Amino acid sequence: MSVILEISNIDMVFDTPQGPFTALKDVDLKIKKGEFVSLIGHSGCGKSTVLNVVAGLYRATKGGVILNGKEVTEPGPERAVVFQNHSLLPWLTAYENVELAVKQVFGKRKSKAEMKEWIEHNLHLVHMDHAMHKRPDEISGGMKQRVGIARALSMQPDILLMDEPFGALDALTRAHMQDSLMEIQNELNNTVIMITHDVDEAVLLSDRIVMMTNGPAATVGEILDINLERPRDRLVLADDPEYSHLRSEVLKFLYEKQRKVESITSAKAKNEKKTKDGKRTAAA
Amino acid sequence: MTTTSENTSAEPRVVWLDKAIDLTLVGARKVAVPLMGLAVFLLLWATAANSIDTSLGKFPGPQAVMQQFAGLYAEHVAEREKEDAFYQRQEERNAERVAIDPSYEPKIRAYTGKPTFFDQILTSLVTVMSGFLVAACLAIPLGIAIGLSKTLNEAINPIIQIFKPVSPLAWLPLVTMVVSAVYVSPDPMFAKSFLNSMVTVMLCCIWPIVINTSVGVAAIDSNLVNVSRVLRLPALRHVQKIVLPASVPMIFTGMRLSLGVAWMVLIAAEMLAQNPGLGKFVWDEFQNGSSDSLGRIMAAVVVIGLIGFLLDRGMLQLQRSVSWDKSSASR
Repeated sequence: MSVILEISNIDMVFDTPQGPFTALKDVDLKIKKGEFVSLIGHSGCGKSTVLNVVAGLYRATKGGVILNGKEVTEPGPERAVVFQNHSLLPWLTAYENVELAVKQVFGKRKSKAEMKEWIEHNLHLVHMDHAMHKRPDEISGGMKQRVGIARALSMQPDILLMDEPFGALDALTRAHMQDSLMEIQNELNNTVIMITHDVDEAVLLSDRIVMMTNGPAATVGEILDINLERPRDRLVLADDPEYSHLRSEVLKFLYEKQRKVESITSAKAKNEKKTKDGKRTAAA
Repeated sequence: MTTTSENTSAEPRVVWLDKAIDLTLVGARKVAVPLMGLAVFLLLWATAANSIDTSLGKFPGPQAVMQQFAGLYAEHVAEREKEDAFYQRQEERNAERVAIDPSYEPKIRAYTGKPTFFDQILTSLVTVMSGFLVAACLAIPLGIAIGLSKTLNEAINPIIQIFKPVSPLAWLPLVTMVVSAVYVSPDPMFAKSFLNSMVTVMLCCIWPIVINTSVGVAAIDSNLVNVSRVLRLPALRHVQKIVLPASVPMIFTGMRLSLGVAWMVLIAAEMLAQNPGLGKFVWDEFQNGSSDSLGRIMAAVVVIGLIGFLLDRGMLQLQRSVSWDKSSASR
């Protein structure tokens, strides 16, 4: 399989009032077509920053991202993002949220009927047929995230970027969503980068797990290949010795090699990043 | 068999009855409490009014005000009858002259009677709404531009902050002079007095709408902006699909604020500039100084309050029908 995405020696330095803060240092990663890659690491290690650079929402200070031989300079629908907090437009129904994306991406290429069919197809894929004309405040958190995934899939992206897509869901809903995602993945075989905190989720879903060291100046620590046979079943895997082994490998990395010591400096760095991400407050 | 059928038929009726009683009680409470408040207020007003003596007689109590309302209505009807009679006489006279001399071109003269209380209410309403609408048309786009561009915000915000606290009444003399200098037309579409009041209203409406719109736009969830960036929405579509709907609640907050202030300012401006409207009615009655004057002014006060209340309710209703965010439209 060919390399579709190349993250090439990325450095990310944020300007803060306390001077420059190096979030990422020399992150280098190649992702093959159809591969499902998880990024795992302690919070504040810069996983989201990597994803935002790939999405084009941030520009790397040094190095760059190459997708299909072209450098990424701005966000675009070929790198669809599933946001952690679903980010559906609250004034539109599930259908209209997907429609906004489809109209923007396929507006010139598809007829009205084709677009309608394509929107409904994507909502069907995430099992949202029954509630497609409901607004986000009328559906549950899991359903919102499903619509978010449908919106991203509907753009037919070259690569799907998922920023802790199930982080805000309860454990049962999360398991359900993971199964749905595997089912969709089985059908479409997308290239995916997913950020997660959840070791089981990472092992269950991924072809490769990229483990990141703690920030500041975080980088790729180890890469673990997951060669479990697909389709995977969480119940069968629970007793699988290979699964347990892979799981403990990730745990060892996170809790022995990269033990998180919440020192004063790293806590400060986290806060700085937060203010950087924060919304602009208007002077009223 | 019989017992079960009895049970099933009897039970829903009891539940239905209970519900009906509950609803009536809740409804009665909702109506009764404000009514009691009103009754106490009227009683206090009547007692207080009775013990205040002015040079124009006793301060008007609720009863006097009701009498004045009836009087104002009768005056309105009488004035309309006079107007109709005037036009009828004019028509007859013209017809007679044309019958005698077919080449005569009849002149139609407008009736020049004094505007009644109800005419003044209408004038004030039209003035406040047109000033408000003009202000909204200017302020919403400006607010969006300021909210979207940090540079524009930094450039314009100080100016807004300085003009915002200025009472629009301070503008009134300037507006009057500018309107009479600039608006010269042999066949004016609007009366100058109307333009003066309207521009004054507009000047006080603009600032709250601009400020609230720009704050609403600047506070849009950054994730929604990121969605727009990933979709590469063009600027105009970004405003139309993301910015405008997201800031609708704040825009309405600004509009309700400004409409409330505008109504208060308009009455004062009409009193000060002697422009037609409810303010002029109040001032004329004050200058008139008859024994009815205070009652009529009090009637005008009640009407001004009612209209202000209805304007606010109207905006709220509009917000409910337009905005997706029902929670922000509940107050």
